[in-house]
Order: sequence, then C-alpha cells, then structure tokens
Amino acid sequence: MKYLLTGDEAIARGAYEAGVHFASAYPGTPSTEILENLATYDEICAEWAPNEKVALESAIGASIAGGRAMASMKHVGLNVAADPFFTFAYTGVNGGTVIISADEPGQHSAQNEQDNRNYAKSAKVPMFEPANSQECRDMVIEGYRISEEYDCPVMIRMTTRVCHGKSIVECGERVEVPVREYKKDVKKYVCVPANAKGLRRNLELKLAKLKKYSESTPFNVEEFNTSKVGIIASGPCYHYAKEVFGEDASYLKLGFSFPMPDEKIREFCKKVEKIYIIEENDPYIEERVRYLGFSCHGKDLLPKYGEMTPDVIKKGFFGEETKTIQYDDTTVVDRPPTLCAGCPHRGFFYEVGKRKNVMVSGDIGCYSLGFAKPYNAIDLLLCMGGGFSIGHGAQKVFNMAKDNKMRVVSVLGDSTFLHSGVNSLMDVVYNNSNTISVILDNRITGMTGHQENPGTGYNAKGQEANMIDIEGIVKAMGIKHIRTIDPNNINEVKTVLDDFLALDEPSVIITKWPCALKKFSKEDKEQFAGAFTKSMTVNTDKCIGCKICMKSGCPAISFDAENKKAVIDGIQCVGCGVCSQLCPKDAIEWKEA
Amino acid sequence: MTKSVLLVGVGGQGTILAGKLLTQGLMEAGYDVKMSEIHGMSQRGGSVSSHVRYGEKVESSTIEPGQADMLVSFEKMEALRELKYLKPDGIAVVNEHEMPSMPILTGDAVYPKNAIEEIQKHVKTTVLNATKMALELGNAKAANIILLGTIIKAMKLESIDWESIIKKQVKPAFVELNLKALQCGMNAVE
Repeated sequence: MKYLLTGDEAIARGAYEAGVHFASAYPGTPSTEILENLATYDEICAEWAPNEKVALESAIGASIAGGRAMASMKHVGLNVAADPFFTFAYTGVNGGTVIISADEPGQHSAQNEQDNRNYAKSAKVPMFEPANSQECRDMVIEGYRISEEYDCPVMIRMTTRVCHGKSIVECGERVEVPVREYKKDVKKYVCVPANAKGLRRNLELKLAKLKKYSESTPFNVEEFNTSKVGIIASGPCYHYAKEVFGEDASYLKLGFSFPMPDEKIREFCKKVEKIYIIEENDPYIEERVRYLGFSCHGKDLLPKYGEMTPDVIKKGFFGEETKTIQYDDTTVVDRPPTLCAGCPHRGFFYEVGKRKNVMVSGDIGCYSLGFAKPYNAIDLLLCMGGGFSIGHGAQKVFNMAKDNKMRVVSVLGDSTFLHSGVNSLMDVVYNNSNTISVILDNRITGMTGHQENPGTGYNAKGQEANMIDIEGIVKAMGIKHIRTIDPNNINEVKTVLDDFLALDEPSVIITKWPCALKKFSKEDKEQFAGAFTKSMTVNTDKCIGCKICMKSGCPAISFDAENKKAVIDGIQCVGCGVCSQLCPKDAIEWKEA
Repeated sequence: MTKSVLLVGVGGQGTILAGKLLTQGLMEAGYDVKMSEIHGMSQRGGSVSSHVRYGEKVESSTIEPGQADMLVSFEKMEALRELKYLKPDGIAVVNEHEMPSMPILTGDAVYPKNAIEEIQKHVKTTVLNATKMALELGNAKAANIILLGTIIKAMKLESIDWESIIKKQVKPAFVELNLKALQCGMNAVE
C-alpha cells in the first residue's frame, strides 16, 4: 500500500513493520512526530521520557531484555544521550535497537547546527542516512536486521527536510518478532573496565564486519552516467545534486555512511575525471575521500553551513543563480514569531523586562521569545535545562564585586525543568545562590506542539499517568522561599519579584497557568475554570491612544493610527487580561457575551 | 517536467492542510510527489511555507528561487516577501487578507501599501479575498480550500477527483462547506 508520508511518519511506520516493542523519546523539532506516530500503534509501548538520555537508557534496557527498541531525538538531544550512546556501542544489543538523530542543517528551529555523523564515527555506531521517506521506512527495517546480525545499535541520521518532507512510501505489514530470550551475561553487559576492555577489542571485529556490509549493501549505490563528473552525496543532498546535474554526472549515493565503503569509493573515484562531494554540515565524506588519496571539490566551493539545496549547489559549482523576478521588496516587514495571544509567559516577561540591574538567564522553549521586543527581558540562552545553572554561575561572579547590584533571574518551563533543570536547581540550592529561579509552568511541552510530560498527568498514549508535583520537588530540595503565582496577575508578579529580590538566599517562583493553545485536561478544567472563555475590548471613549497596552506584545492588539485608538481583535483575544492591567485609563473591558 | 507550487502564509492559516489535500490528490492521480514544509515556529505567528513538487519523477523536495510555476499566498505581505521564488512567467494568486506582523502592531513599521501593484507589475496575478469569501460561505477557516481551488484551476488539475479526496481527508461535517469553497476558488481564476 502506498502512502504519502513525512520522514518522521515513515520512520514510525518502518519501526511498526519491523515489529518494534518499545520506543522512547523526548520531543524536539524535527524529531517529535516520530514518537507521536509510534504512540498510535497498540502493538508498541511508546513513551515520552523526561529527557533524551533517559529515553535512550530505557531503550537500552528494553533491548537487553530482548525487545526491539527505538530512541529518537533531535541532534542536540544526542549530546544529552551521548553518555549511554558511546558505551552501548560496546555492549551491543539483545533485541535490535535503532537510534534516530534528527539534525538541523540551516537551523530552522535549533540553537546550533552540529553534524551528528561525527557521533556515529566517534562512538563507532553504524549509521544510515535516508534521502527520502521511502528510505526512512526501508532503513529502519534494515537497521533492525543488521543491529541483531552484527550485535550493535544502529543510528539513523535524518535532517529537517527528510523529517518534515513528504514523499510516497510503499508500505508493508507488521511482522511480529518474538522477544528474544534474556540470558545473564556480565561480560557483555557489565561495563567495568575488566569487561569493557574486551568489549572494546570486540567492537573492532564488529566494525570490520560492518565495513564489509558497507561495501555490499544496496544502500550504497553507484549510478554511472558519464566519466566527466562523479558526485558523492548522502541524505537529501543526493536528490539536490540530481536536480542540478541530472544525467550529466555519475553518482555514488551513500545511504550507509559509517563505516564508509572505502572500496566502492575508490572504484567510483577512479572512473571519473572530477569528483564533487555534496553533503550538509561538516566535510564528513570529503575528508574520507581525501584520506583515500583522491582530490575532490566540496567545501572549497560550497558553504560550510546551511542546507545544500539546488540553488546553493548551482551557485557553488557554476557561480550562477536562477533568474528571479527583480522587484521592490523594501516595504516588506519581518514576521518574527511571537508569544501567542493569551500566552501565560506574557505577564511575567512584561514585568521582569522592566527591571534594572537584572540579568535574565533563559532556556529552550516558547519563553525564549522573551528576549525579543517589546519585552527585551532575556539576556542569554544556550541549552535545555541550562537556565538555572548558567544563572547560578553568573550570580556567583556578580557577587564578587563590591556593592554588587546585579541580580540574576533564571527562567525555564515545566518540561525543561523536568528534563534537566531539576539538576540545575540542586546546584542553586546546594551552593547557596541568591538567584531567583522561575519555573514557567504552562502545563504542557509547548514549543514542540503540545506533548505530555511527567508533570501533565498523561502519557504519550493519552492515558492517565502520575502527575509529578513540581512545587513538591522544589520543597524537597530544601528551598525555603517558594511561591506559586498566576502570571496573568501583574501585581502578583511584581510583588513576588520585589520580595525575592530582597532575599539573600535561593528562591523559586512557579508561574502556573496553561498554554492558551492547550486542549484542557479534566484537571485543567477544574483548576483553571473559566480560563480563555472570554475576550476583551477597547472602550474607545476612554482610550487616549497612549499605546501602553501594546507593550504587552500581544498579537491581538493593534493600533488604529487614523483614530489614535488601540484595537483588540476579538477572534484572537482569549481574555488573559494582562493588557487591561497596563491601561492607565481602565479602557480595556470585558466584552459582553 | 516537474511542476512546483509554493504555498505561503502565516502560522495557523491552514497552508499545511491545503498542501496535504493537494499532494494527496496528485499522488492518487499517479504523479510522483514531494512536499517540504518548515513548521517549527509556525504556531507562534511566524511565516510558513509548503513547497509542493510533482511530475513523473521528482528529485528535490524544495523549490529554489525563480523556480515556482505558481505562488499562492494566503496573506498579502507574504506574497511580496516570497515573490522571488516565482518563475518570471509564473502565476501568482494573492489572498488580499492582511495580517500585520508584530513590528507593525507595535507601530515600529507600516504594512506595505504597494504589495498587489508591485506583484502585478511583474507577473500574471489573481487577487481575491479568500478570507471574506470563506466568511460568506459560513466559515473563515475555509479560505485555505478556496485557495486550493485556485491551484487546481491554474495548474489544470480539474480532472482529479477532488471530491473524493476531500471526503476522505476532512471531517464529514465540513465536507459540503469545503466542496463549495473549492468551487469558489476554481471560479476565481480565469
């Protein structure tokens, strides 16, 4: 049966057909939809883990117990999971295991552009690179086969365009694979040095066999058209290259790129006059080709970063750009992403952004938008869970100055707190920091499109689950100053900031209000009854056109320049009430139902 | 020959559903189809785009500047932003609906006044107010299906059984509305 699937959907489909028993992931663009799709299959135990390391570790356990397992994550997630990843290469598997890394050339929604093919090479984990959705499905199925045949975890390196690109996939049926027998084997699974040294030696033997596989697999395939130009490419770059060169070049498509098929590369390179390497991110293939003694063109002509789409290839190799319409676009205005109407982060950022001598340490999530106008609140942002700990280090150094006035307010979300922020908060309290740590609890994993987490009370399949009490965790750490507030109440935000900035010890603010786009659970309906059911309007008799309400940065408010009045779009407004508290003339009123 | 249709708009406007219906129809009609979209920040009001390419065999899933046979913009300013993707002899369809972005809302910038005129200077353009037309049909959200209708007409894809595609992909309560919207869009293109 043929379906039009995204790469993420095809990975999930492949895993289903391959008889996968267990899957775990932490949401992260562009990998999120893999687990969302896996969760729709009754046959698969599919779970959200609190972070990527935990996801991979659960998958490892599932494999050792004999099940076929999958862990999926975005590229930076593999940094978090790197510790078990490297040693899992040593133990190998019992049930086949496939690990998905979704890389982001071009940084469509990520903080960096790292090339995770280097992880496969460094950890000595065999790797596939699908170019389209069909290959996503096929490589997952083949991945499980070789994982069990060669006793190794297998990595699939995807990129944004593969994850979110749709193409036609010929699918099959699920083949049930019985859970393998578990046998205690300490030499294989207990990685104390005495055992791990043997496993390290054994890994080289496995890699030698995998090298032979790399030479013979049909996923490393040559298409010979001409001896003039030979292109070596992996992932979607293969399609981009064919779009540009068509039949005017020969191709060596590397679908299995660790270990590399050195002999196939040599044979191909000998047949062609010029060798072009087209790949995204690092010169991973190019370095190998040069190591094998062939000179080639790659990163000398193409950019070292970004996507290698056909226009980029044309410019790099021919210096030409496709003819485009020459027109006046100087009047076009940027359209940056914004906090949604009703976003519970708005009130907090409005208030904290006004403070002088405050550094706001940020984190990964929708609230990262607090750096932007009109809030100008956040000072820094690097990685998941780093908000509290980076803020802690900064405060320690600020405090070294005589008469220091600088205070740090650190922010992160509920899902990010449970991901790894919880460790950062331990650092704050253990090393007695006077930072103010703020958990922006919007009751869901927001940025990636509403995935459940250990704090929401539901699991990946939408079934009821234990709901972790965030305030209880904070209390258990021994933090004495904790206040849970409604962030839509500006006075409450102001008062708690004043109170906690006066302290010289750790404090935690929990702003608790659901995401305006969240589908309310029955608990939400009880706890936040009436939320987002009304909207507000501007009383034009009272409005003096001062524009103070616009400092809330709400997309539902605009300014009618002709009449010099603020206007609220009643369709977008969900009645959080933040703007009405800013208005000096009380001109923003509840709309009559 | 591979054909390229670029759908652009603002997060939440339904470009993704329109792209989904279009690609489903093309696949069922026997074309090779690829679609690429970027939607990481789309729910937060950013610009969104869906690249649709179809033909006998499609290689790249993305449309490069100057290569789109058709540009369908769900929002007026986005049409001007993305016009560079259209072939010099391509077709533009622009929904007149305006969605001011944050710098415009805060008064730091003004919404472009020349968008339609500038586009019409360069390419064959159909201008319609799909949002208003959809409201008249009873639901502003059907604007995306009206715009899908313009693609079907302009790209000469009328022979595909769109009614059955819509019936399969859309909730039963919305089928009739969507079929009307589709016809409405087809009628809007000469």
